[in-house]
Amino acid sequence: MMDVLKEDQVLDCSGMLCPVPVVKASKAIKTLEVGQVLKMIATDPGAPPDMEAWSRQTGNELLRSMQEDGKFVFYIRRSK
Amino acid sequence: MSKSDPNAPKRLALIASKGTLDWAYPPFILASAAGAMGWEVGIFFTFFGLTLLKPKLTTQVSPLGNPAMPMKMPFGPEGFQNINWPIPNLLMANVPGFESLATGLMKQTFKNKGVASIEEMRQMCLDTDVRMFGCQMTMDVFGFKREDFIKETEFCGAATFLEYAADADVQLFI
Repeated sequence: MMDVLKEDQVLDCSGMLCPVPVVKASKAIKTLEVGQVLKMIATDPGAPPDMEAWSRQTGNELLRSMQEDGKFVFYIRRSK
Repeated sequence: MSKSDPNAPKRLALIASKGTLDWAYPPFILASAAGAMGWEVGIFFTFFGLTLLKPKLTTQVSPLGNPAMPMKMPFGPEGFQNINWPIPNLLMANVPGFESLATGLMKQTFKNKGVASIEEMRQMCLDTDVRMFGCQMTMDVFGFKREDFIKETEFCGAATFLEYAADADVQLFI
């Protein structure tokens, strides 16, 4: 059983293709305080590897990347 | 030694040399994604690529001379939409308005699939402070004026862009 993650904001990018989910995630994370968590939902199969790369490049922590009800769900913590 | 500051963000330098709808996407997609990752980005718009900095974009796509371009219908059942219509080059070359038709079909297909428009893509780039370098020489050759382009355009020549690109981690010609 995984820990329950609590998000501070939800961003739904369902139906959007590259590079829109990454661009929207970067905008959304900037509205959060450091330490807060963004939950991002996407349907583009390119999103999981892209969000990992985005996390490595920006330093924001990708806490979890998973599939739920046929969608991709990401929890990202703003780190700086 | 390329960079003086080791903590400087990564930098992407692109050359956008083509102005058709199909070639307009790659520079804006890469630039907005890099901007979203906190990279510095500059695009040098030259030759036909310079038209991508006009306030109102009228990009078209031509299936003529683009033999790998799929011809898809943006309506009807999924099986129908996935058909790649075999349209002879001779027909594409001679039917008036065929490029407008092909452009309309591609724009609608992109929209249906959730791809942002070129205008939206460009705005995303501007929102992440992507620098838009406009080629002065192209402007002189084609008789454009500075007022013909968006206000964010920085007009310059090859030397300015090369200096910018020399400090870039990724440089691509599109």
